[in-house]
Amino acid sequence: MDVTRRTFIQVTGATAAGLAVSGLGFDLMPVKAHAQMLKTKYARETTTICPYCAVGCGAIVHTSKRGDGRVINIEGDPDHVINRGSLCSKGASLKQLSENANRITEPMYRAPGAKKWQQVSWDWALSEIAQRVKKTRDANFTSKNAKGQVVNRTTDIASVGSAALDNEECWIYQAMLRAMGLVYVEHQARI
Amino acid sequence: MTNHWIDIKNSDCILIMGSNAAENHPVSFKYVTEAQKNGAKLISVDPRFTRTSSKADIYTSLRSGTDIAFLGGMMKYILDNNLYNQEYVAAYTNGPFLVAESFKFEDGLFSGYDKEKHKYDKSQWAFQTDGNGVPKMDRSLKDPRCVFQLLKKHFSRYNTKLVSDITGTPEADLLKVYKTYGASGEKGKAATIMYAMGWTQHTVGTQNIRTMAIIQLLLGNMGVAGGGVNALRGESNVQGSTDHCLLWHIWPGYLKTPRASNVSLAAYNEKWTPQSSDPLSANWWQNYPKYSVSLLKSFFGETATAENDFGYEWLPKVDDGKAYSWLDLFDEMYKGTIKGFFAWGQNPACSGSNAGKVRKALAKLDWMVNVNIFDNETGSFWEGPDMDPAAINTEVFMLPAAVSVEKEGSITNSGRWMQWRYQGPKPLGNSRPDGDIILELGNKLKEAYKDGGAFPEPIKNLKWDYFTDGQYDPHKVAKEINGYFVKDTEVKGKTFKKGTLVPSFAYLLADGSTSSANWLYCNSYTEKGNMAARRSQKDAPNNIGLYPEFSWCWPVNRRIIYNRASVDLKGQPWDEKDWVVKFAGDSANGKYVSKKWIGDVPDGGWYPQQNPDGSTRKDAKYAFIMRKHGHAQIFGPGRADGPFPEHYEPLECPIDKNMLNPQRVNPVAPVYGADTDAFATCDPRFPYVATTYRVSEHWQTGLMTRTQSYLMELQPQMFVEMSEALAKLKEIANGERVMVSSARGAVECTAIVTKRFTPFKIAGATIHQVGMPWNYGWRWPKTGKEDSANLLTPSTGDPNTRIPETKAFMVNVARI
Repeated sequence: MDVTRRTFIQVTGATAAGLAVSGLGFDLMPVKAHAQMLKTKYARETTTICPYCAVGCGAIVHTSKRGDGRVINIEGDPDHVINRGSLCSKGASLKQLSENANRITEPMYRAPGAKKWQQVSWDWALSEIAQRVKKTRDANFTSKNAKGQVVNRTTDIASVGSAALDNEECWIYQAMLRAMGLVYVEHQARI
Repeated sequence: MTNHWIDIKNSDCILIMGSNAAENHPVSFKYVTEAQKNGAKLISVDPRFTRTSSKADIYTSLRSGTDIAFLGGMMKYILDNNLYNQEYVAAYTNGPFLVAESFKFEDGLFSGYDKEKHKYDKSQWAFQTDGNGVPKMDRSLKDPRCVFQLLKKHFSRYNTKLVSDITGTPEADLLKVYKTYGASGEKGKAATIMYAMGWTQHTVGTQNIRTMAIIQLLLGNMGVAGGGVNALRGESNVQGSTDHCLLWHIWPGYLKTPRASNVSLAAYNEKWTPQSSDPLSANWWQNYPKYSVSLLKSFFGETATAENDFGYEWLPKVDDGKAYSWLDLFDEMYKGTIKGFFAWGQNPACSGSNAGKVRKALAKLDWMVNVNIFDNETGSFWEGPDMDPAAINTEVFMLPAAVSVEKEGSITNSGRWMQWRYQGPKPLGNSRPDGDIILELGNKLKEAYKDGGAFPEPIKNLKWDYFTDGQYDPHKVAKEINGYFVKDTEVKGKTFKKGTLVPSFAYLLADGSTSSANWLYCNSYTEKGNMAARRSQKDAPNNIGLYPEFSWCWPVNRRIIYNRASVDLKGQPWDEKDWVVKFAGDSANGKYVSKKWIGDVPDGGWYPQQNPDGSTRKDAKYAFIMRKHGHAQIFGPGRADGPFPEHYEPLECPIDKNMLNPQRVNPVAPVYGADTDAFATCDPRFPYVATTYRVSEHWQTGLMTRTQSYLMELQPQMFVEMSEALAKLKEIANGERVMVSSARGAVECTAIVTKRFTPFKIAGATIHQVGMPWNYGWRWPKTGKEDSANLLTPSTGDPNTRIPETKAFMVNVARI
């Protein structure tokens, strides 16, 4: 079920008063019966937590069991003890985050001096990145600092990100960076 | 947050200052409204009348960057009018501690200041101690050298007249706020603070929060329901990414990144493990070596052994006394010393302060890896405004990541709740979950170092077995984060088989028999299952909205931390109605004879400090177990800029002197010296105070919202808000396009002329302030005309955290 532009603005207009929007998708009368069927008969339900702010609101994702297997609808989770079904304007438009023609869906590469991106394969991209890391790291790896203390680091590579990763991804990412010897490791929490 | 979202409903008075919850954390406002319905007062203090302000019982404004003056006045009011909880301050805070005679405060400087190095010698701020290193105390709070008396003296200068001159807040408003908030000092009353980046993004950011934390301690508001110090974190997993320490200065679980002088694991553990000989202090960090060794076991698995210091040498060390923070990182990149760069799920070309410097720095890289769900201003910087692609030799790899609903794993909200999410659809097109990208890149690195290279050991030995059927398996990582017994082990009289998940961090060991990738999360995924996936609607017996079996919360599922300060010395709650924990052990002849706490998971399960008959127990522990001496710190001798907060002006400000002391700016704030780091104070070219904020419909740099048609229709453009008086002065009409400029850059904006801003009277002079959202960037919308407010903000920051000062700076506004 698509929320029309008009109904979306009507419902999210509530945020203008600083209030949360209640479960988009439930109260849109003309399409309610059809929407219910789409969600219950043709969709698989999974729960998620909103990826925007850190209130941690619960939402229900309805994924099509037919056709392209994409998201049909996302709405507030009424059984979530924090938001009890409500979502803000961003959370209520969460479906547009996953079902979005602006997303990048292929690895891309930009060569030195180039004016355009070129599409590349995952294997090529990751192999090339590993080679760049090795070349940069090995060229100037610091075993000891000016005082002669063992430091085993590289200051020639840096990383920022990310609070947008899951906990488990954060852990393995920092582990990989620290194994590479990076000390310039920062992310959103610093800014 | 020391408390959590639902707990806001238990408050009697809510101060929202340095945040705008109604617009930026809209669902949290459900609980603000519920508290108000139950009689709570809502106070909104903000330079701009926001949608939070529109719901407040009391609203008043202040000039950006003057929060310490505002709160310092509140501190004085609370102390002068005896509104504080004397029993709480005497028992749970370091108010009674005696401070060495070497501590002084004169001319805006604390003792120990080195003018050349812009640093303090903090040893001058030490406590007076007995022969065992335990601080001397005066629980009556009367000794002139006790922290409480020094605090009184320090803030005696913050009278409402002076505060009003600095902040621009009318004196009558100040008194109304002070009186209303100060009323929570009464036993059984609770007040809370909801703050966000409006407090952290300043050269005095840490001390803004310290000032409020001290107020909360004076009023007995820490550890109680409806109280606490609550940072409204802005990103869905910024709590988790901080806990797992994607930050230069800390390792997972807030362990320290080793310094070069920590030459061995033993030296490292000795340096960072605090020692206390006070039998009443739990000094929880005494367990540090258990956590560091268990972490190293998770890093390197079986290759980490006692003989090789568990691989301690394989991990990088930072130089003592040097910072490697965001501002330092981009300063180095700008200088050209950094060659390779990962921007993983982040958009520094818009989010970094002085974004023009960041964008120029990116052009100096050899290569960059940009992982995101949308093309952004960072990955495509080479085709951005004022860039000549032909002259930029940076190679860029742009990798498409899956959206959160397309993968499985956990995130941790602002209230420390770790919540599990499930996969709905598969990743769109050829995008991949970040976890898969990281694991595959790790495999490629291991392959590249198979036959040698510089110091290959850490890469080769990194434990990297988190695959199931060739795919990233978040459950395997989540279990590693919790930790395992890596051999058959006996702890605390219990035997655990090799491969068993550790039930809680109390069972971790320092001899290599346990692994735990983050001790704080030990207890989150146990033999009982994945605690983060729990969904029970059942509340705890105290019925205050803890929902202990819904998801999981660190540490050990304790929903309100410091909760043993919510009870008196006999273990009975200050607040009979909204109690958090209470001691329910048996007593006989006026003495407790069995141990039992009910309610939330107590902050340590020891006996209370006193028996029902008032006699003192020797087997108790002080309430603040994470502090070496067991007491909350009113006096904070570990801070870079002083043990007490003091008002200093922002680096860029409209007045040439600080009305409270002769130091205009924080004397230890870092200042960077590249040609792009221009600053302008009292410069007639930039006469107006500016600040930045967000709107409900956009999120952070806007990358995850500017790409959506629904949200762009609601908030399509970069804008600048200004008062009617300033608009008249500058002959600017509502809706007109204008140019906002600072010493560092310029941004085109649509003018919003509004009553939400009004000019300030600062010591008799009229000062104007404007505000802008920082949610925009040239890549989306495709017009390329809506760019980031961070092109204007300065690259200086807080001396403790190095968070940039993006909430108070100087600009000009002019018609185009």
